[in-house]
Amino acid sequence: MQTATDTIEDPRQDYKFGFITDVEQDVIPLGLSEDVVRIISAKKEEPEWLLEWRLKAYRLWLTMKEPTWANIHYPPIDYQAIAYYAAPKERTGPKSLDEVDPEILATYAKLGIPLREQEMLAGVAVDAVFDSVSVATTFKGKLAEMGIIFSSFSEAVKNHPDLVRQYLGSVVPYSDNFFATLNSAVFSDGSFVYIPKGVRCPMELSTYFRINAKNSGQFERTLIVADEGAYVSYLEGCTAPMRDENQLHAAVVELVALDRAQIKYSTVQNWYPGDANGKGGIYNFVTKRGKCEGVASKISWTQVETGSAITWKYPSVILKGDDSIGEFYSVALTKGYQQADTGTKMIHIGKNTRSTIVSKGISAGHGQNTYRGAVRILKGADNARNFSQCDSMLIGEECGAHTFPYIDVQNPLARMEHEASTSKIGEDQIFYCNQRGISTEDAVSMIVNGFCKEVFRELPMEFAVEAQKLLAVNLEGSVG
Amino acid sequence: MMLEIKNLHASVEGKEILRGIDLAVDASEVHAIMGPNGSGKSTLARVLAGQEAYEVTEGQILLNGKDLLDMDPEERAREGAFMAFQYPVEIPGVSNTYFLKAALNAVRKHRGQKEMDALEFLSLVRQKMKLVQMDESLLGRPVNEGFSGGEKKRNEIFHMAVLEPTLAVLDETDSGLDIDALRIVADGVNALRSKDRAFVVITHYQRLLNYIVPDKVHVLVDGRIVRSGGKELALELEAKGYTWIEQEVRGAAVSSAAPATVGA
Repeated sequence: MQTATDTIEDPRQDYKFGFITDVEQDVIPLGLSEDVVRIISAKKEEPEWLLEWRLKAYRLWLTMKEPTWANIHYPPIDYQAIAYYAAPKERTGPKSLDEVDPEILATYAKLGIPLREQEMLAGVAVDAVFDSVSVATTFKGKLAEMGIIFSSFSEAVKNHPDLVRQYLGSVVPYSDNFFATLNSAVFSDGSFVYIPKGVRCPMELSTYFRINAKNSGQFERTLIVADEGAYVSYLEGCTAPMRDENQLHAAVVELVALDRAQIKYSTVQNWYPGDANGKGGIYNFVTKRGKCEGVASKISWTQVETGSAITWKYPSVILKGDDSIGEFYSVALTKGYQQADTGTKMIHIGKNTRSTIVSKGISAGHGQNTYRGAVRILKGADNARNFSQCDSMLIGEECGAHTFPYIDVQNPLARMEHEASTSKIGEDQIFYCNQRGISTEDAVSMIVNGFCKEVFRELPMEFAVEAQKLLAVNLEGSVG
Repeated sequence: MMLEIKNLHASVEGKEILRGIDLAVDASEVHAIMGPNGSGKSTLARVLAGQEAYEVTEGQILLNGKDLLDMDPEERAREGAFMAFQYPVEIPGVSNTYFLKAALNAVRKHRGQKEMDALEFLSLVRQKMKLVQMDESLLGRPVNEGFSGGEKKRNEIFHMAVLEPTLAVLDETDSGLDIDALRIVADGVNALRSKDRAFVVITHYQRLLNYIVPDKVHVLVDGRIVRSGGKELALELEAKGYTWIEQEVRGAAVSSAAPATVGA
C-alpha cells in the first residue's frame, strides 16, 4: 500500500491511475498498463512524440506473444508482477561497504577491484567525498570540447531531441520483437553517445561512470551514433554480481555507423545467475543490433557473458554500406542451472561486405549453452564474405552445448566458411597442469582462458584482465 | 634414500596392475625400469605422479621421507616429483612460457622462495633452453600445440630443466623419437644429472640407455620387479627379448601357486 504519497495529476492526460509517489519513495505500483507508460514518460518530462512512440510500442506489445523458439526453459513471466519504474538504487542501496553482503565483497576482492570501485559496484550511495562524480564530470567536459555527446538517455532526449528522434528505433524498431517492443514502451533510461564527423573518441566510454552517476533500471536503452569517419570504443557492464531475484532485464542497444565510422562495443555481463539450485537470477532478454549504414564502416561486438539465469541475446550487424565490416566475438559461460541462447546475425546487404563470428561457449555444472547464429547474404551483396567459428567446451557430465547456425545465401559470389568444435576439458589436461605444480582451480582457469583467447584479445586491456579473473571466479569448484 | 617404494599395489578400474613393488632410489642415481608391454611400467609412473584413475590399494611411497600418497598431484610436484609424460597434452591458447612461469612460481612459493617476475623468468628460460636445444619459437606457442613428437619430448625435458625437481620420472620418453631427437633429449637429461637429483627412466627399449647410462636396471613383469641388476641387464634384454624372462616368472608363479590351489 502506498500511504504517505503525494498524488500528482498529470497535466497532459486524464489518468485513472493518477498518482505518482513522492520523490523519497520513487516507485509506482506493480504491473503494466497504458497509464504506467504515460507515468514513465511524464516522470521523464518527455516530448509528445516520444510518448506516442512508447504507446505505439505498448499497444503492439499487447498483441505479441513471447517467443518460444529459443533453447531455454523457464516458468512463465508475470508481466503484471513487475515494477516498471523503480526508485534509483542510490536511495535504497547500502550506506557503506559494512552493509554489503560479505560474499559479494569476497568476490570483489578476488577480482582485485579497488575498494572505491567496490563501493560503486555495490551501489553504495555516492556522496561528496567520493570523487568519481567529479571524475565523470571532468571527463564529460573534455569530451564536450570535441563535440562528443555522452549522456544518459533521458538527458539526451532533453538536450538533443533531434538526434534522438532521428536515430531512435532506426536499427531496432519498436515493433522488432516481444522484448524489444516491451523495452520501447517502458524503457527507463540508458546511454546516448554521438561522435561527430571525423572525431576519434580519445578514451573508452563506459557505462560504468554514468550508471553510478545515475542508476538505470532493468529496461535500459542505449543508442550510439558514429558520424562519418568517427571512432568510438564503448564498454558496457560491470563485473559485479547483482543480488536481485528473478528480475527481468530487457535492454535494447542500437548502434549506427555512418561512412567509414567504426564502433567497437564490448560487454562483460555478470548479473546474478541464481543460486546453486537454479533459484533466482536475472532473465536477460536483450536486443542488440548495429547498422553499418555507411560505406566502409565497421561495427564490432565483443561480449563476455558469465552471469544471468537466462541469457537471450544476439548482437547483430546489418551490413548495408558497401565494404562494411561486422564482427562478433563472444564468450558465454553457463554453470549451475544457467541457460544461454546467444549468438549473432550478420545481414549482408552491401557489396564486398565482410563478417567474422567467433563464439566460445563453456558449459559447466548443469549449464546449457546454445550458439544460435544467422548469416544472410542478400542478392545485391556481391563478394560478401563470412567466417564463422563456433567452439564449445564442456566441463563435467551434466552440462550441454548446442549449435544452431543458419545460413541463407542469395548471391552466388558469396564466400562462407564455418568451423565448429566441441571439446571436453580433459582430465588429462588438468592432470598435466597438476603434475607441474599448478592447482586444479588455476589449471581450469588457465585452460578456459586459453580456449577464449581469440575473444579476449579483442577486449580493451583492463577489460580483458577482468574478464579472465571473472571466468576464474565463476569456474571455482566446477571441477574436482 | 630419496625415493622409497614399499610393497606398492595399485589398480585401475578394479584390475590390479601393480602387485607389490619395492624400489629404493638414492639421490644422484639413475634407475631404469624396463619391461614388456602391459607390465605396469607406465602405471608406476602415473601412480608416482598421483593420477586419480590409479588406486593404490596397499603399500607406501616416500619421497625424501615424506609420504607421497598423502599428497595431491600438485603437492607432489611442488615437493619435487616430476614426470615427463609419454604423451604430453596440448593446451590450446596457453603459451608455453605463461604455463611454465605459473608452474615455476607455484613450486617456488611452496619452497618459500620469492616468485619470479617476467624478466628473471625470461633469463632463466633462455639459459635452460640451451640444455635441450629448444627453438625459441616454441616458447611463445601454446603448450605442445602443433609440436612434433620430438618437440613435445624436448619440451618435457625443458620443463624439467626449469622446475629442477629432486625426482624425475621419464615415462617412455624415447618412444616415437628418431635417433637425433633421442640424443638431444638424452643430452638434456645427462646435463641435469646431479648429486641432488634422482631419475627413474621408464623404457621399453634399451637404446635410450646407451645415452642415459643407468646405475641400476629393474625388470617389471606382471606388476612386480622380477629382476634387478646393472646396466648389463639391459643389454641382455636387448639381445634376448622379454619372452624368456616372462616365461621364467610365470612358470615360477604357476608352480608356486600350485600347492595353494590344491590346498584350497
